[in-house]
Amino acid sequence: MDLSAINPVLLIASLMVAATAVMIAAIGELIVERAGVLNLGVEGMMITGAICGFAVAVQTGSPTAGFVAATIGGAALSLLFAFLTQFALANQVASGLALTLFGLGLSSLLGQGYQGIKPPATPRLDIPVLTDLPVVGRILFGHDLMVYVGLALVAAVWAFLKYSRAGLILRAVGENHDAAHALGYKVVRIRIMAIAFGGACAGLGGAYISLIRVPQWTEGMTAGIGWIALALVVFASWKPWRVLLGAYLFGGVTVLQLNLQAAGIAIPVEYLSMSPYIITIVVLVIMSADKSRAPASLGRIFHATS
Amino acid sequence: MLRLEKRRQPSQAFAYATPVMAVIATMIFGGLMFAALGKDPVAAIRTIFWDPLFGQHAFYYRPQLLVKGGPLILIAIGLSLGFRAGIWNIGAEGQYILGALGGAGVALAFYPMEGWFIFPLMILGGAIAGCAWAMIPGLLKVRFGTNEILVSLMLVYVAEQLLASMSLGLMKNPQGFGFPGSRNLQQYPSAHNADLIANTGMHWGVAAAFIAVIFAYILLTRHQLGYHIRLTGEAPRAAKFAGVSPARLILFCLGISGALAGLAGMFEVSGPAGQVSIDFNTGYGFTAIIVAFLGRLHPVGILLAGMLMALTYIGGEIAQSSMGLPAAAIQMFQGMLLFFLLAVDVLTSYRLRFGKGEVA
Repeated sequence: MDLSAINPVLLIASLMVAATAVMIAAIGELIVERAGVLNLGVEGMMITGAICGFAVAVQTGSPTAGFVAATIGGAALSLLFAFLTQFALANQVASGLALTLFGLGLSSLLGQGYQGIKPPATPRLDIPVLTDLPVVGRILFGHDLMVYVGLALVAAVWAFLKYSRAGLILRAVGENHDAAHALGYKVVRIRIMAIAFGGACAGLGGAYISLIRVPQWTEGMTAGIGWIALALVVFASWKPWRVLLGAYLFGGVTVLQLNLQAAGIAIPVEYLSMSPYIITIVVLVIMSADKSRAPASLGRIFHATS
Repeated sequence: MLRLEKRRQPSQAFAYATPVMAVIATMIFGGLMFAALGKDPVAAIRTIFWDPLFGQHAFYYRPQLLVKGGPLILIAIGLSLGFRAGIWNIGAEGQYILGALGGAGVALAFYPMEGWFIFPLMILGGAIAGCAWAMIPGLLKVRFGTNEILVSLMLVYVAEQLLASMSLGLMKNPQGFGFPGSRNLQQYPSAHNADLIANTGMHWGVAAAFIAVIFAYILLTRHQLGYHIRLTGEAPRAAKFAGVSPARLILFCLGISGALAGLAGMFEVSGPAGQVSIDFNTGYGFTAIIVAFLGRLHPVGILLAGMLMALTYIGGEIAQSSMGLPAAAIQMFQGMLLFFLLAVDVLTSYRLRFGKGEVA
């Protein structure tokens, strides 16, 4: 065992990469839940995004096209959920589960023939002087573009919810859909848009895993990241900046356990691989004391004439 | 303009018709999907739904129906109790794995001793292990208000790692030439969950599934606890005023579903699967969620739904080998079934009306 082989600067830099996928998916789900909808299909949308992005990136040779396709794929799948819960008034928990099961099947069907292929590389940001700075250079300026897109997304969602009129309406719909309806807001339409946004984010996060983080395609490769994204929203008490905090915490645990595995610590690999999930549970327990923050209409079915 | 109008009473006729409608819609859209994959849709549907029952080799496949259906029904019965009360245990897969580890652990501890008491102890071990695993989200929910959906699901991934660790380490067969996986319990008579009647597929797990169906039916229709479960699901506030303790109900529902999932895992590992290995679990815990909903959370419905789902598993395998249909297509087919079910379910409590409605 050689713990000194773990370089803290590299650790922080790779933590940011490890956190990005779950962060993007979680910030999308945060919008969905603030609109009062609980979409448990994040895992399914992520893996669909992962394969859509991967396939398109391989076919076109452009990672950007891949990310766009992943966004569309995730959003398209989420519209199925939107149809079930907003028009057919189905139970949101069951519909979300269905979305995950369906997405897992769909992705492995689409992914046939893409196993063992390397996707086109995504360029890293490389600013001549800044990236070469000691310590901060690698951490702040040496990542691929998607890391910054993720951070920008968190900031944008925060600003949207806090300062924009549309954000206020979205929150009103999430807190009390009957009152929002009485004020003349289109509850169903707003929720569908929120669900589609969540789906797009989940797809983007999934593509980040298959195109940059891993990068290759294997069946079931998201391995519960989508569920961790859901847990992250609870952890964050539905506040955007706390999603960032939670994602970095999760990323830190993931990277640390991988480093410990590589350093050959005496704990068996399987127990180290469990740790992100166990820590998620522990964090959920700690955070669930604060119940007051959940949007009041979360998970409730809205039917205008009832 | 299409709109929905709430029925005064949920329609009984549609309650029975919607699962059938969902199955038919899935066949149609699944057929389209198979056609898109370049397979003959009619032949594919016939291979999946007809051949295992009445085809040329049906004598071989019919017992498989019980082997696959047994664990699905057993797990789904447990899940349905919780789902009715709004308690969402979706980590049955993890409880299934733990049950298998518990049962196999007992058997391997006694190896190579023979005795009549070993199998009952294994049953106990499997049930307790599954129940204990489900108690983690249960106790956390009762004590801290933690979301049971997320915790029970996280524990699936933990259980999978535990399974890998066990089959590579503690439970590895010392005479297995270094291959991962435990001793084969089929070759250990005291622990083998053999067919009760040879070549029928009817092993103890299937028997347990049938018993569970009967008990669940009695519980829900004739027992106060079952009434409390239904009341909590339909009117949580009324249930509270009636003195139903939510904490006890949560622990009961999670405990029983965990124990049943654990039993399913134990019967599987000591019978059809035979040994603890990295990938012995085949996703029954997740498919059982579909089974529970397809059976409309009713014990008899679940019995039928479990058999139907077993049919798609077996038919899917046949279609895989004879038509080259990818396994993922079957998985998608099953997911589709749940989608259609949820979509048409709206007709039980709402009525479709054409034309513009008056202002609400």
